[in-house]
Amino acid sequence: METTFEKNSFKSEEYFINMGPQHPATHGVLRLLLTIDGEIIKNVEPDLGYIHRSIEKMCERDSYQQIVHLTDRMDYLSAHINNEAVCLAVENALGLEVPERVKVIRTIIAELTRLASHQLWWGVMGMDVGALTTYFYGFRDREMINDIFEETCGARLTMNYNIPGGLMFDIHPNFVQRTKDFVAHFKTKLPEYDTLLTGNVIFQKRTKGVGILTKEDAISFGTSGPVARASGYSCDVRKLHPYSAYDRVNFNEALFTEGDTFARYRVRIQEMWESLAIIEQLIDNIPEGDYKTATNAVIKLPKGEFYQKVETARGELGVFIVSDGKKNPYRLKFRSPGFSNLSALKKMAVGSKLGDLVAMMATLDIVVPDIDR
Amino acid sequence: MNIPLSITKNIHDWLFEVMSAPVATVVEKVLIAVAFLGFFALAGLLLVYMERRIAAFFQLRLGPNRVGPQGIFQTIADALKLVSKELTGTVKADQFLYKLAPYFLIVASLMALSVLPFSKELHAFDINIGVFFLIAISSIGVIGILIGGWSSNNKYALIGAMRSGLQTVSYELSVGLSILTIVVLAGSLQISEIIEAQRNGWFIIQGHIPAVIAFMIFMIAGTAETNRAPFDLVEAESELGAGFHTEYSGMNFAYFFLAEFINMFIIAAIGTILFFGGYLSPFGITESIPLLGVFWFMIKVLGLVFLMMWFRWTFPRLRVDQLLTLEWKYLLPINLFNIVLMAIIVWLGLTINF
Amino acid sequence: MTDLIKVYKINSMTNSDLQTLISSWNSELEFSEAESQFLNITVKPEHLHELLSQLKSNTETSFDYLFCLTGMDWGTDLGVVYHLESTTHRHQLVVKVKTSDRENPTFDSVCDIWSTAEFHEMEVFDYFGIKFNNHPNLKRLFMPKDWVGYPLRKDYVDEVNMIIK
Repeated sequence: METTFEKNSFKSEEYFINMGPQHPATHGVLRLLLTIDGEIIKNVEPDLGYIHRSIEKMCERDSYQQIVHLTDRMDYLSAHINNEAVCLAVENALGLEVPERVKVIRTIIAELTRLASHQLWWGVMGMDVGALTTYFYGFRDREMINDIFEETCGARLTMNYNIPGGLMFDIHPNFVQRTKDFVAHFKTKLPEYDTLLTGNVIFQKRTKGVGILTKEDAISFGTSGPVARASGYSCDVRKLHPYSAYDRVNFNEALFTEGDTFARYRVRIQEMWESLAIIEQLIDNIPEGDYKTATNAVIKLPKGEFYQKVETARGELGVFIVSDGKKNPYRLKFRSPGFSNLSALKKMAVGSKLGDLVAMMATLDIVVPDIDR
Repeated sequence: MNIPLSITKNIHDWLFEVMSAPVATVVEKVLIAVAFLGFFALAGLLLVYMERRIAAFFQLRLGPNRVGPQGIFQTIADALKLVSKELTGTVKADQFLYKLAPYFLIVASLMALSVLPFSKELHAFDINIGVFFLIAISSIGVIGILIGGWSSNNKYALIGAMRSGLQTVSYELSVGLSILTIVVLAGSLQISEIIEAQRNGWFIIQGHIPAVIAFMIFMIAGTAETNRAPFDLVEAESELGAGFHTEYSGMNFAYFFLAEFINMFIIAAIGTILFFGGYLSPFGITESIPLLGVFWFMIKVLGLVFLMMWFRWTFPRLRVDQLLTLEWKYLLPINLFNIVLMAIIVWLGLTINF
Repeated sequence: MTDLIKVYKINSMTNSDLQTLISSWNSELEFSEAESQFLNITVKPEHLHELLSQLKSNTETSFDYLFCLTGMDWGTDLGVVYHLESTTHRHQLVVKVKTSDRENPTFDSVCDIWSTAEFHEMEVFDYFGIKFNNHPNLKRLFMPKDWVGYPLRKDYVDEVNMIIK
């Protein structure tokens, strides 16, 4: 009796899963189309555009002061740094020299923003791999930064504190003391984070060797920020193209070579320590002076193309302004770090398991409004 | 002084006086069943409240504290909400199996509850294979999970059910073997005899090294068997929906939910009986007051339940292949070695006796 | 601090050196440094892929990091602007390519040179309608799949959704 089947006809079936757009692990409205075979991922395709607000088109009809307000809404966790990017682009194009006081304050607030973003990232990372308590611990410390911002800038999330030419108002008298208290407090809490998550053997087994991105791939995919630094590519914009007060502070760049999820995790923890060091160096010596230089009420950039890079908590944000001399830019392009980091996801994820995908997304640390603009 | 408070004996005698023997037997069994159902519900309420308060304590917040004094009526409010929800179900689901699945879990939990000794008198069924019965019953719960996932006619529920069944079946081995380690020390499968043998010292002290190892393996495997974190990949909200109970809502979902908490209670109870002396007071201080055994039993069980909740809110989740590696490559060989070690210690008389 | 910056920028070529080297590969390139902080090269569409792969593979230039790919509508021409950087030499460059064909603008894709171009070129197609040859997966990215029109073009009109001051 001949066999009615052949070995080759037994193919394990690939099935298709949608992760999102509403999903607790995708950090925003991102839809991932996954093709899975059993537990192994065969293909990942992101579907973007759920929070696309046509910011680039709106910038073509807005004045430069109005554009600054739009940038907060892109990567809302590094809101201040986004504002700083546009303000620096405009100031460099106009040849405007801002007072020293402004530069130092901008740097301090940028580092506080970076700390707040990394604290939220840490809390959410723990929650994604299953340690549900870390969320509360991360937010408890972040509240202190939010309170400092509320007192000085007037808002907790979308700060709108930078304007082309300087700052919107001077810092509150309590700012220096509260920041110093926060730094002292957080220095005791950051080792707690290490004890809770970094040293935990279950966490290490979930993240070591998972989602490896080699240095060549990191460069080819245009990644930046902690994702690229964990693969060994040294790309810190604060060191390569210093802006504001970064040329007068000493700090180390967090570089690791393994390129796996655990390395990306450690890069961000290391960055938190470095941010604390930067704030400590600057907070006691804020120079006196004006908090802004006067600009025209209607800002017109000269004809030309201007590019400004800054280092947000996610990576390298680029602002490319093409101006034809009018009061609106002719074309404004935001080079968003999350967009390039997300393009590396497919390379990292194919061949690993579904549980690993969640850990990888957590360490890519994307904010979807930054990608969709 | 001895206060004879043998409530159960009094009720038993009264019943047999009032009615004829067969009817009285049936009525007595029905009363026991009703008492256990009541206990099931109350324990469920208490455990859910405890979980929320303890989770809040770990997460630096307060937990429910408005509904009733200190929030003790919160779970009743939740139960009322669940009862009033619409029982949705898919049209394509296999209706008979879909409705049957939760009952497997409840029946398994109730049967396991019935052999637990709450005190010397309040021991409903003291069968001579007590421990063996407990191990056997806990295997029945798996059927409920698998049927629930299969009959939902939902791809992701099925995956969740398969994963969960796989996990439960694997870790039952470790639970069974660590229980057997203590049976070697006690010399009997009957629960009351195991507890009586602990009058001279709890087994975790009597059987020093192998008993401590057995206890650790038992806690790990017990947490895994009830699908609690850090082994709750099945219900991981970050991943595939809600696992095998995705398609259940309202009261059906409440059954699965309660069954998980009662299973946790049962594992903790088995742990107390085998390792910590059951209803015996430490150093025998209150042996003369009957029925205080209930208090000691509940304190010990709730202590172990607190330990299991502590695990949940602290550790990240294991991936499914790491879970299986843990069981088959690490826990099982350690367990087998441990049984041999315990046998050697008992044979050479090296147990610590007071 | 400036010593560290010097360390990062070893072997960085100046704009005039870059211009000398690159113009030796192709004589039809236009160089400009006016109105920009980088050296701008304008290349014809048919030489685009060859120039960019040479820019990456040549060890003296070694532009292996494409950090910005922008679609542009210059009024009459459509085009793409590439911002390149070298991770070893740390010099930067801008390459522009234009076409006056507004009905069916097409360029060669550079996905095989830099993998990051895959997503960026999808975005340029979505907003400007520029097609790329040899792109593995060219389709709309941000706009809904059935959207008609290319929003970031200067002649795009949409009375319903756009508010013009």
